[in-house]
Amino acid sequence: MPSRGGSRDSPIGGGSRNVAARFSDSVPGRPTGTLYMDLLEYQGKQLFAKHGIPVPSGEVAADVDAAVAAAERIGYPCAIKAQVLIGGRGKAGGIKIAADADEARTHADAILGMDIVGPHGEGPFRVDQVWVEGGSDIAEEYYASIILDRGEKKLLAMVSAKGGMDIEAVAAEDPKALVKVHVDPTAEFDAAAARPIVEAAGLAGDALDDAAEALARLAEVASEEDATLIEVNPLIVTAGRDVVALDSKVTIDGNSLFRHEDLAEIADTVDDPLEQMAKDKGLTYVKLDGDVGILANGAGLCMSTLDVVAQAGGAPANFLDAGGGSKAEAIVNALEVIKADGKVKAILFNIFGGITRCDEIAKGIVTASQQIDLGMPLVVRLDGTNSVEGLKILAAADLPELYEAETMLDAANLVVKLAEEAS
Amino acid sequence: MSIIVAAETKLAVSGLTGREGSFHGLRNKAYGTDLVAGVTPGKGGQDVEGVPVFDTIAAAVTEAGANTSMIFVPARFAAAAIDEAIESGVETVIAITEGIPVLDMLKTYWKAQQAGVRLIGPNCPGVLSPGKANVGIIPAQFFDPGPIGVVSKSGTLTYQIGSELKQAGTGNSSIVGIGGDPIVGSDFIDILKLYEADPETELIVMVGEIGGDAEERAAEFIAAEVTKPVVAYIAGFTAPPGKQMGHAGAIISGSSGTAEAKKEALEAKGVRVGESPTETAAIAVEVLRGL
Repeated sequence: MPSRGGSRDSPIGGGSRNVAARFSDSVPGRPTGTLYMDLLEYQGKQLFAKHGIPVPSGEVAADVDAAVAAAERIGYPCAIKAQVLIGGRGKAGGIKIAADADEARTHADAILGMDIVGPHGEGPFRVDQVWVEGGSDIAEEYYASIILDRGEKKLLAMVSAKGGMDIEAVAAEDPKALVKVHVDPTAEFDAAAARPIVEAAGLAGDALDDAAEALARLAEVASEEDATLIEVNPLIVTAGRDVVALDSKVTIDGNSLFRHEDLAEIADTVDDPLEQMAKDKGLTYVKLDGDVGILANGAGLCMSTLDVVAQAGGAPANFLDAGGGSKAEAIVNALEVIKADGKVKAILFNIFGGITRCDEIAKGIVTASQQIDLGMPLVVRLDGTNSVEGLKILAAADLPELYEAETMLDAANLVVKLAEEAS
Repeated sequence: MSIIVAAETKLAVSGLTGREGSFHGLRNKAYGTDLVAGVTPGKGGQDVEGVPVFDTIAAAVTEAGANTSMIFVPARFAAAAIDEAIESGVETVIAITEGIPVLDMLKTYWKAQQAGVRLIGPNCPGVLSPGKANVGIIPAQFFDPGPIGVVSKSGTLTYQIGSELKQAGTGNSSIVGIGGDPIVGSDFIDILKLYEADPETELIVMVGEIGGDAEERAAEFIAAEVTKPVVAYIAGFTAPPGKQMGHAGAIISGSSGTAEAKKEALEAKGVRVGESPTETAAIAVEVLRGL
């Protein structure tokens, strides 16, 4: 279940756009770019507005002067809200109300550039932008979401009259307070279909029509914008009895970006510089905190390699799926990204050759090591097709600081030992 | 016996005229799979190394007798190709393509359900029944015929385990890659059902990974419905929350979908879970020898 307090799924570089780096273990369509993409609050609200869901008017600003100018145009009171991909912004001091231009300046100055740590220690996330929006006169705070339920293979609509707080805590304390209804995938989900859900959640009678309309529109955002998660907390009723989305949390399916040009532009940047570098090189890379660099072929084998290294007492520095990479260019790219992470002390290259042949991979490693000065030990484990030939090629090349290992476990133990020796 | 693909499989490959489709389709044919047709709109009447190409999957069914469709077309056209296959009259659709928008798959999943067509994938390596037929990209040389049924979300990880089983002198009834996407046509439970009913399968190896709750659901199903021993492996113990580990579906959301939770759910139902691919293969061999 999504939650304001929960961690946001970070946008990461996934898949590959580098056709030269793809080999016969790969499948068509594999160059997919970002897998999942989280939108900032204001980006989500812009999508809501596009689909007719009422949101407060506002402007985004990247510096203090721009924020104050926006506040002057919008009027007071107004909210200055940090735009970062993490919940718990309010508690962290990232959301402030300004009553006049002086306060707008003080708050914008404090919030821009601040580092926000998530409720579960995520981040820190540096605030580069604030969203300045008109103050809302809140009468009621509700919760509404549409998420993809993988298990049931349906969209799940959730509504609660107890919004504005951690919805997981609400559901844990009083499960009946959160109404969950699966959307029939074969029928239209319009306001009439949404109405029983908002009624069951016990929303105020005079807000039911507008809330049902908003819920139906959120489902429309899911289907038309390829969103796999849409959460509005709070969905408010104003003193004037208007239903308005006061916050947004939206996750877009990265596989759909070919048909969403506007969203694809947002996807082009990621927070972590190493992840950005990997993305630019067309690699599937996730930065972790350890000192053992990992390169494996296939997502499952790569995850398994991280686990085996951790079991051997080491700390993986990254996830990097070479995708069956045998060509020197792909290996050079991968090693460059791993090396750019200054914490890495030793690298494990774990390959199971299926259709890709290990002798080709070995040749790629030899070429790559001539092109790039790693300056740290590289443990190579080759198994599968032509692994014996591959190991012979590596042995013949007699590369400095290159170690061969026969099994995954041997390789993990060795790389952990080498990383320890280097630190 | 085996499951999903066998000597009776008559395969039509959508995308056979493309680079990847022809490479893998012809590899499948060389293995012994009865490749009866290729399908590419506008290229009907051509052939790929003697395999006739049709404009539609329905034509491959009526004119070449295809009963199984493999989808090897680019992601943005793949859901439509799967939908076409579902309506064509084939019994089984195996979708290899990675990167299909998940909301497209949501619609396609229910179309397959309503039509009663078995859909495997997308984003999967396919299905291999050693000695009989190979549909997809699984390298067949690591798998001998034998009594172990494998079902997995992953490709190379499965080859690793298969290779170790082969070295231990055993083999497989079938190997089914169900795919690493959030929504796949067949889940662990669907395949466990088939292995339970397959007389050749004596033991089942299930390879899961972080994300979703398919493993937890499988654990419940195993306890209630599966009489054959099941050995499992789960990848992703070190994966941090909120980060996608290569596969679109491999993501821990909040506290759900963790490897630890999956391992606990399986062990609570008496399923042995290996710590590594090597240990998993060793446990499978040990359990098999005790049967």
